[in-house]
Amino acid sequence: MTVKNILMAGVGGQGVIVASQAMAAVARLAGLDVKKSDVHGMAQRGGSVLSHVRFGEKVYSPLIPDGEADILMSTEKLEAIRWLPFVKKGGKIAVNTQMIMPPTVTRGAQEYPKGIIEKLTEFDPDIVAFDCLEVAKEVGNPRTATVVLLGALSTMLDFDPDLWTEALKTAVPQKVMDVNMKAFAAGVARGKK
Amino acid sequence: MSSVKRKEALLLSGNEAIARGAWEAGVKVASAYPGTPSTEILENMARYPEVNAEWSPNEKVALEVGAGASYAGARTLVSLKHVGLNVAADPLFTLSYTGVKGGLVIINCDDPQLHSSQNEQDNRHYARAAKLPMLEPADSAEAYEFTKAAFDLSEKYDCPVLVRPTTRVSHAMGLVETGERSESAMPLEIKKDPAKLVMLPGFARPRHPKIEARMKELEEFAETFEGNRIEMGDKKIGVITAGISYLYTREALPEVSILKLGMAWPLPRKKIREFALKVDKLYVVEELDPFIEDYVRGLGVEVTGKALIPTCGELNPAIVGEAVLGGKTDKVKLNPDLPPRPPIMCPGCPHRGLFWVLKKEKAFVCGDIGCYTLAAQKPLEALDTCLCMGAGIGQAFGIEKALGKDADTKVVAVIGDSTFAHSGMTPLADIAFNGGNVPVIILDNRTTAMTGRQGNPISGLTAGGEETNSIDLEMLAKSFGISQVTVVNPYDIEQTREAVQKAFETEGSSVIISRSPCVLIPQFKEVKKAPLRVEVDECDGCRTCLMVACPAVTWVSEEREVKGKKRKGYAKIDELMCTGCGVCAAVCKTGAIK
Repeated sequence: MTVKNILMAGVGGQGVIVASQAMAAVARLAGLDVKKSDVHGMAQRGGSVLSHVRFGEKVYSPLIPDGEADILMSTEKLEAIRWLPFVKKGGKIAVNTQMIMPPTVTRGAQEYPKGIIEKLTEFDPDIVAFDCLEVAKEVGNPRTATVVLLGALSTMLDFDPDLWTEALKTAVPQKVMDVNMKAFAAGVARGKK
Repeated sequence: MSSVKRKEALLLSGNEAIARGAWEAGVKVASAYPGTPSTEILENMARYPEVNAEWSPNEKVALEVGAGASYAGARTLVSLKHVGLNVAADPLFTLSYTGVKGGLVIINCDDPQLHSSQNEQDNRHYARAAKLPMLEPADSAEAYEFTKAAFDLSEKYDCPVLVRPTTRVSHAMGLVETGERSESAMPLEIKKDPAKLVMLPGFARPRHPKIEARMKELEEFAETFEGNRIEMGDKKIGVITAGISYLYTREALPEVSILKLGMAWPLPRKKIREFALKVDKLYVVEELDPFIEDYVRGLGVEVTGKALIPTCGELNPAIVGEAVLGGKTDKVKLNPDLPPRPPIMCPGCPHRGLFWVLKKEKAFVCGDIGCYTLAAQKPLEALDTCLCMGAGIGQAFGIEKALGKDADTKVVAVIGDSTFAHSGMTPLADIAFNGGNVPVIILDNRTTAMTGRQGNPISGLTAGGEETNSIDLEMLAKSFGISQVTVVNPYDIEQTREAVQKAFETEGSSVIISRSPCVLIPQFKEVKKAPLRVEVDECDGCRTCLMVACPAVTWVSEEREVKGKKRKGYAKIDELMCTGCGVCAAVCKTGAIK
């Protein structure tokens, strides 16, 4: 298979790195070569977070070449539109419609951009976009919002559901595994709609 | 690697792979000072029961501990970030002379693009300057293999060996086929050997020719090292490359011929010449300085490198492809009008209140390295210098010397607890010794926060998470001869303001210890309070509370009249994020925050 490129974006603290770990683990369990790259340290303090995951028969660069992302998964609206230029034509989008205001917006120096979902839908008419936080709350733990989105993302890929379960075990602590499995299933259901 | 092997392989970051390789090589002692992107190496070493792993107060101490352990026969790993090697450069250069006994490997993590650093220096120059071998892995699998190989090299050539991952190698994850640990056969003992271990001029002088001879042998080794390999493809273009740049080249230019260098120093002269003869046009693709390029040109070989490849920042496949093939790929451009999302201090961070006070005092703040460096950003803009670890105190004293004690500008130094333990004590001794007046504020949040909450000699927690001695900062400052030592709670804005004003007004040296635990460590539970809320009808929409830059305080736009005055909206506090620290309430002019 050709190399598949998944770009995962969000805000520090939302669990983007955990999600990309699970994504990479699925590819490994499927017997594929896999590379993943993200930056730790200063980026984690509430800033933009971006993780590249690549898998296929043989993967060289851990960074997705510019404009080559097959799928963009974003845990926040503004971050989705920020990284959209990296997605290739015909690429897919899964986005949590949650809105987290950056500091310049709360201070009144800038406005939170309007019409983001419309622009994203123009790019990908089959976009999966919903409020993952609401779904996570229904499932019983607001902290699982990103796993809900991961469930939706899984419907855009051809991996066996058992591999996802096994991969989640490598990324999520045992004691919260059950609620995360529920969150993932809720995401799968939203993705298939 | 077959798909069956892949399923069994481990998905490791470069740093995890390095730790795994070092453990398998039989490492017994590991030392480091935390610094992005190197931190996770020692964190992982500390999890192996066979390894005595420590967070050292700084990188110089880490390397000196490593030297001692190696002299006593233990295989030893020292890990640090690029600027950390500056701190450890003093022992490094002479360790090259003494050599080692147990294998001593120094993992030096460079940070092209300054993801989390104050400069973008290229530490390959250190290998050349200190006359030491340096290996350069491209991914996790090589990070694992090269680390293991480095221990054998160290013992064979009697010298420390440098391994240089960059951020994209340290933090990228890839598949690694691992093995078992094998213990070193080297006996653990310390023997007197002054001619080798006491670098008096009389002993050091005869060591120098031995070092030169060693480098000649290593040059021969470089010619046969499997990590230096030629991958022939189309002969029209040949690329010499190393580390992560090799992967970008493979990605962007799958057809070209490549000389992949796994050893950054010494370089394989013959192999380079051999490769150059095989291809029509020769390029060097490397990040940062023209290190390989200058060497190749020095051999009299025609080569193109930095004329096309940027010296600043990291590379990526698009940059490499465009540079070598020419023409323009559709370069992706980000929309600069979108609101940026820079890293900011956490909700409830104890630094926030202190920097608010310093901002209001209109002080010139000599800063240091840690989370608090973020206070330089809008809207706080209350930190005015950041140079290197421990620099702020000396800088502040220097400014005082230049301007004179009675100058109108209020100058102050701020430094975190871990940074103070790293290299803040000597400049504080300077102030006490040479009669300085400039106040020094130690931000004691009981941890090394920025790199992910590591223990330090002030927090009193070891790398293994065990309680240990902790430095008594008050006693330390007094023992130095500092005339006025005050401890404040930074959430108490009034108390903090009083202490700062008093320090500016009083003649003589002063230290203020601003003490409250980082919100990310367990002790924070003891100071955490119920979340605050904004009484919507009392908020006049002045946005002063938003100027303390807390992520928990946001804004709701809603134009209406409140108490006879028009307002554009009101502040809102996120109750999940708020820790009840009260800094926003303390700055609120209308008392709307309860």
